[in-house]
This record gives sequence, C-alpha cells and structure tokens, in this order.
Amino acid sequence: MSSATTPAPAAAPDLEVRAVSKRFAAHAAVNELSFSVPRGSFFSILGPSGCGKTTLLRMIAGFIQPDSGAIAIGGRDMAHVPPNRRPVNMVFQHLALFPMMSVGENVAFGLARRGVGRAERTRRAGAMLERVGLAGAAAKRTDELSGGQRQRVAIARSMVLEPTLLLLDEPLGALDLKLREHMKVELKQLQSAFGTTFVYITHDQSEALVLSDRVGVMNQGHFEQLGTPQELYYSPATAFVAGFVGASNRLSGTVRAIDGALLEIDAGDGWQVRARAHTALAVGAPVQAYVRPEAMTLARTPAELPAGHSAHSGQVTDMLFDGASSALLLREARSRRELRIALPQTGAFADLRPGAQVCFGFEPERVVAFAAV
Amino acid sequence: MIPSLPRPAWLRAATALYVGAFLLFLFLPLTVVAVFAFNDAAYPAPPWHGFTLDWFFGNEAQGRVGLFHDTELLGSIWTSCSVALWVTALSVLVGTANAFLMEREQFPGKGVLSMLMLTPLVIPGVILGISILAFASRLADFCSDTFGIEADFLRPGLPLVVLGQFSYIVAIATLTISARLKRFDRSLEDAALNLGASHAAVLWNITLPYLRPAIIGSAAIAFLMSFENFNTTLMLVGSDAPLTIMMYGRMREGATPVLNAVSLFLMTASAVLALSLMRRSKSPRET
Amino acid sequence: MSEAPARARWSRRLVLALLLAPALLWLLALIILPHVDLAVLSFRERVAPREYTPSLAQYRTFFTEPLYWHVFVRTALLSATATLITLLVAFPIAWIIAKLARGRTSALLFVVCLIPFWVSETVRTLGWMILLRESGVLPAILVHLGITAEPVELLYHDATILVGLVYTSLLFMVVPLVGSLESLDNSLIEAAYDLGARGGAILRTIVIPHAAPGITAGCIVVFMLTLGNYLTPTLLGGKNSLWFTEQIYTQFITRFNWEQGAAFGFLLLALSTAMVWLGLKLSGQRFSDVMRRV
Repeated sequence: MSSATTPAPAAAPDLEVRAVSKRFAAHAAVNELSFSVPRGSFFSILGPSGCGKTTLLRMIAGFIQPDSGAIAIGGRDMAHVPPNRRPVNMVFQHLALFPMMSVGENVAFGLARRGVGRAERTRRAGAMLERVGLAGAAAKRTDELSGGQRQRVAIARSMVLEPTLLLLDEPLGALDLKLREHMKVELKQLQSAFGTTFVYITHDQSEALVLSDRVGVMNQGHFEQLGTPQELYYSPATAFVAGFVGASNRLSGTVRAIDGALLEIDAGDGWQVRARAHTALAVGAPVQAYVRPEAMTLARTPAELPAGHSAHSGQVTDMLFDGASSALLLREARSRRELRIALPQTGAFADLRPGAQVCFGFEPERVVAFAAV
Repeated sequence: MIPSLPRPAWLRAATALYVGAFLLFLFLPLTVVAVFAFNDAAYPAPPWHGFTLDWFFGNEAQGRVGLFHDTELLGSIWTSCSVALWVTALSVLVGTANAFLMEREQFPGKGVLSMLMLTPLVIPGVILGISILAFASRLADFCSDTFGIEADFLRPGLPLVVLGQFSYIVAIATLTISARLKRFDRSLEDAALNLGASHAAVLWNITLPYLRPAIIGSAAIAFLMSFENFNTTLMLVGSDAPLTIMMYGRMREGATPVLNAVSLFLMTASAVLALSLMRRSKSPRET
Repeated sequence: MSEAPARARWSRRLVLALLLAPALLWLLALIILPHVDLAVLSFRERVAPREYTPSLAQYRTFFTEPLYWHVFVRTALLSATATLITLLVAFPIAWIIAKLARGRTSALLFVVCLIPFWVSETVRTLGWMILLRESGVLPAILVHLGITAEPVELLYHDATILVGLVYTSLLFMVVPLVGSLESLDNSLIEAAYDLGARGGAILRTIVIPHAAPGITAGCIVVFMLTLGNYLTPTLLGGKNSLWFTEQIYTQFITRFNWEQGAAFGFLLLALSTAMVWLGLKLSGQRFSDVMRRV
C-alpha cells in the first residue's frame, strides 16, 4: 500500500457510494449507483417520486442493506454497521420529533444514548438550541412549535451529535409555500455555519438548485446527471434532465439537416427550428428539443428580433401574470404547437391580449436536442 | 336532524324529553341501590324507615352485620381483586406481545391467527367457561390416572377462573394496544436508531411510552371486566367465591341491604377509577 | 463478513418465536383445544361407568325433548327481540351524542351513558329487583298513584327479562353507533337536504348506509352477549326464565351430565356463530373490521 494510492484521511470524501444496487422483487430501486460527496459540501439528490432516492438515503442511513456495492462514510466502510452505530444522522420527512418528550429532551436524546451525563446533556442541548435560534425553547412541547421551529429542532437534534454526514429526507415537503421559501434560505445558512456535509433529497428542483453545491438528478435508480446547479440548468446531459430541471418547452420532431454542431429540425407541419445537438444525430432521426421560456425573445415584428435569432411567429392564447415569472402562452403559426415564453420585466408586452399576433426568436445554441427515445 | 337544518319545536321538545327519559332509565336502578343502602330496615324495599349506617358499620352485637364486618363479603372482594390483578397483568403482557406480533412481524398463517384472536369475543362466556372446565378437568384426570399427579390447579378454583377470564379479556387488550401501535409513526423509531439508540433503548424510550395510554386503558378495562365477570367465572369457580358469585348467591336467597352497601362501595370505587383515568387522558403529555 | 447478517437473522427469528409463543399458547390451550375437547365430549355417550362410545345421543335428546328445543328457540327469539329494542333505544341517543349535542355537552352525555357500565351487572340487576319486585319501589308507586289496588309482581315476566337485557346491552350498542355516526360528514346530510330529501329519506339513504358497520357491530355483540347471558334472565325471570344458558349450567354443574351440557354448549355456539355470520353477510362487512369497532 503506497501513499500514492491511499489518499490522506483529510482528503477522503465524507460519503462514497460505489456501485450500490438494491432490488425490490423485480424492480431495481437503485441500480449500480456511484458517487462521492466531498467534506463540507451540500449535495442534493433530485428526482421524481419513485426514482429510488429514498431507498438510497435509507441505505446510507443503514435502514436498508444494499444488495451489492459499498458505502463508505468518513472513509470507513459501512457494510454491516447497524444504523445506530453510523456516524450519520437524519432529518426525517415528517421530522419524527418524539411527541412524548420536550424539545430539550428531543435534542438531548442522542447524547443520553451515548451516556453523556444529565447536566452536560442539558447544557449541550441548550447551546445547540441557541445556535439554531431557539434559545429557551427546551421546556416546550414539540406541538407548541411552528413548522419552521420544528424543522430547526429536528436539525438541532441531529447536529448536537456532530455527525460526519447529515441526511435530509425532503424535510421541507410538509411546509406551506411561504415557509418553504424561508426555510430554504435558513437551511443554506445553517449548513454553511455548521460546515457539516449535507446530503439532501428532494423532488423539488428549486430546492435542489438553490441549496446545493452539487446535484445528482436521479431517475429509475440511476443518476442522469451529476453536476453543479448551473451545469444542470444550462447544459442538461439528457432529455430527462432538460425536462425535469427548470421549466422547458419540449419540441419533438425529426432531423432535416445537419450544419456542424447545429441541427435543422422539423418540429411539426414544416415548422423549422435550429437547435444544438447534444449527441450525434443522423438526418431523419427523431429528436426531442428543449428550450426554456426565458431563452426566447418576444418582438412585434421580425425586424425587432436581435441578430442571430431565428424568427418565428404565433398567436397569443393566454397571458399568465405571475409577477417576476410572468409568461405568455402562444400557438406557433405553422405547427399549432403551444409554447410558453417569459415576459420581460420591462412590461413591454403587458398590453398583449389573447388573439394578438407576435414574433419570437431564440439563439439556436439555447435549444438543446436529444435523440428521442 | 342536525343543528344546521331547521328543527321544529316539537322535535326539540321530544329530543329533550327522550334524553331525560333515557337518563332516568339508566340511573334509576343505580340510585335505588344506593338509597336503600341507608334504609333502616331488614330488606331493601320501601317504605323508608329512616337513615342508618348499620349496613356499613353494623356488627353481630347490633344484630345487623354491616359490610365492614361481613368477613365473607370482604373476603370475596379480596378474591375478586386478586383474580382481577392476575388477569390484568397477564392480559396486558400478552396483549402487548400480541400487538407487536400482529403489527410488526410477518409470518405464514398470520391472517388465520388474527381471525383466531378475535374469536374469543364472539364465544358466549358460559361456553368459554364450560369448555375450559371440561378440558382442564380431563387433563387433571389424565394426570392423576397416568402419572398419579394431582394437578389441583386444573380443578375448579381461582387459577381456572383467572385463565377463563384471561382467555377473552386478552383479546380486548390485544385489540386496544394493536390499534394504537398501528397508528405509531415508524419513523420515530428510525429517528431514535439514527440518533444512536439501541433497539432496547428505542423500545423503552419511544415505543412503550407511546403505547402507555393504551396499556393503561386496557389494564383498567381488563381489571373492570375481570371484576364484573359472571358467566365464565360461574362455571369455573371452586370454593372461594369472587364478589359477583357471592352476591348472586345472596340475591337468590333474598338479600339484606348489606348488598346495597357493597354495591355503593363498588360504584364509588369505579367512579374514582374512571375519574382518575379521565384526568390522565386529559393531561397533555399522554396524548 | 457474513457473520453479522446471520446473527441478525437469528435474532429476528428469536423475537418472532418469543412473540408467537404466548399467542399460540393462549389460543391453543384456552380456546382451540378446549373447544375440540367439548366437541368430542358432545359426541359420546356413557354406556357404563367410565366407559363411553361415540354417539349422537346428546343431540338426539335435544330434538326429542320438547323442553330443550323450546327453551333454545325461546332464548334465540327473546335475544333477537332484545337486540332490536336495544338498537331502537340506542340509536336516538347515539344520534344526539354524535350530531346534535356539541363539544362538552356531547362528551359529557357520552360519559354519562357509560357510567352505569362501570358498575357490575350484579349491582344493576339488584337495582331492577328492588324496583320491580312485588314489595319493590314501582309497585308501591303504582298503588300510591291509585293505578293498581294491590302491589303487582313486576318481576318474573318476559318483559322484565327484556328490560334487563336491553339495559345491560345499551353500552355495547351506543359505543359503535356513536363511532360510526361521528364519522358521517354533516355536509352529506346538508347536501341531501338541499337536494330535497327529508328526515326519513335522509335516514334511509344517507345515515343508515353509512352507519351500517356500526349497526352490525353493535347488533352482533349485543345478540351474542344476550344469548350467553345467565345472570339477568335467571334473576329477573326467576323460575320462568327458561334461558338456554341455565340448561347448560344445570347439565354441567347440577346434574354433572357433561356430555349433554357439551352438546347444549355447542348448539348455543352454533347459533351464536350463525347469527354473527348472517349479520356479516347481510351487511357485507368483514369480521375483523366489525370487531375493531366495538
């Protein structure tokens, strides 16, 4: 064993998952999955329900044994280490605060299991509650807290044990929209304050994008793409990622011509769209192209479109006012395909009414085409 | 029909009248029992002869044996209590084990077992009594014929009474505790394991405290049902009579108001038990 | 490597075995084997001291001796009547608790309904005896009011037995009824009313279908308890009670004719099981669901 092949302990990733698989009957919940999470980072696993992300998380926590593959936490192999001996703690989907205990007893629970004395327990639980902004709440009952406070107790309860890794199983899922937005920010701040490695699972792409250093987009037991939020958003690696992360207009059609990296696509009834090919495609191949609502520019006449944009036209079917994310729906003139286009913040097109004729265009580089499956 | 729909005045009046009549029907027998415990007469019957506490405190010297000097009655209360304690302890223990078995374990034949666990509730008590009586006696005969061992606990007597009552009361305890265990959020156990608790610590600190209201409730029900049981007990009883059997015997002979006195005593005890249970269930930590 | 999972598997099996043992012991030793034994007893006949042959004699006696099957049919009919009356008496009060009274009143009324059942059946029966017997409270009141010239004996009638049985059974009807009526959404009733239905129609089309599981549960339990009751019929009915459980007691304890008693016991069990089954079939309920409501 040479020092070249054994990384220094400090450099070991906090979590390393190697070729892990888990099958339930005929269904492969997790399929040959590998990734690692560096120390101190915020890693999210994003995927629709049923993609296997909960199974993966429960395997890391030790509640499920993988069929094959290995999981190492803090450089230590976790095979046959029971869940109560792993250096990981978990924030559960519905938080799982113990209703039969006070807030302080909840936070001190893990310390008590480690045999920490009562006085020391109380002191450390109190200090941890103070860190999450709940000083003096130790004597309260868990059902006296608001949703956000309960969330913080759940995190405090785990963090007081100073785990190598904190797992979070869609903890924001049960909160209402406003609180969810608030807790997103708070969670991000807590993570950078503690510096602990977080592994977060969610089906909400906005949570994953806002919170994470890196995101694994999971689908049918494997990762479609693993990268920074920016990479996922601007250069999706697969059609699934393009469709799942952020809003997108999906255009399906066939390749008419190839011009270097750009494709000429027939997107229905002779509507011609130029797009960037993500993979090598042959003429005549079926494709699916994705274009984000904000990648398209509106204009009243083709001449107003910026240079380099392909020009198209359509009829407004609906105006969707939603503050900063307002958009309009239009029907493209030739294909009768419905598209969603972001309205500029200037309010320049706020006067449009359903039925109006408009022009729109986009840079071909911002339309990504994948082979249709 | 319901408060939000118009109800004619006659219907409101009829409703109030019905509630009144119903409560009268419910409480008349109990009131009569209580009142005649204080009647200064040899039989619990009208007319009223004046107030007395003889039926509680009277002794042989006064010619009236009151409850607290009636050693036979006091002994039967004690017998009932000890039988009830045994039945309660056994029922709660086995009921809790059954709840974990049915809610947590998977095994072949589970469906059949869960049906079987409910059957004691639809077997008339008299039949439970005679079947256990016959089986135990034949077992005892077999023991004495074959091995020459006298298995006295299989002959009619308190051990058989305990077993007979237990045989159906445990089904009720199982239902009560299972119902609460079914509503238990398993992620609490996962969370405790995740925080480093051993399986024993999880059971002791999380699951059992959660089950406590159901365990206390089913213990109270078990005690009460055992104390009140008549049908099964009648078939299995030996020389030591529990209170219900003793009272039945005396009622057939023509009772003195001492039975009213003991009844009033029981009512008070039940009321105290019921009130303390209700206070418990209202205290927030139990929810 | 494979040692840890093997140990885990072994300890899971141990837990299963430990949990299974008391359940099996209970059901085998106290329920199944005694009933099998009872069946064996009922199908044999004593031909000489301590000598028996398999036979149907016990069941033959039941059908050839009119007293026995008369008592049997009478017990069944009176039990059915008592169940029906209990349902009719309990339903309005359950409705009032579940739908009309609110908050504290409703809770209080419910608790008040349960109180008498914290006291033993013996005590309650004693109360009825003091009320109804010839020298009792009600005959005295009747004389006082001038309704009857002499005190009348109100005990030892079939109606007396029914009153006692209904009284004893009320709790077991009220509890499941309140449970099933409380789960009925008021807006369904309001919707039916809004669509033009009136009292009777709402009851028939909305309330009863919804409460059917509770009604079934209550009826099954009340019928079963009434059929197997011993105390109330013998004390309130006296010598005229002619209740089937009394016959079983006589055969078993007084005459020591266990074979005959076992056969009677089995007939009663068969009747009780048949009625439970019929109740479940008629209402389309599952046994386990119904039992969980009681």
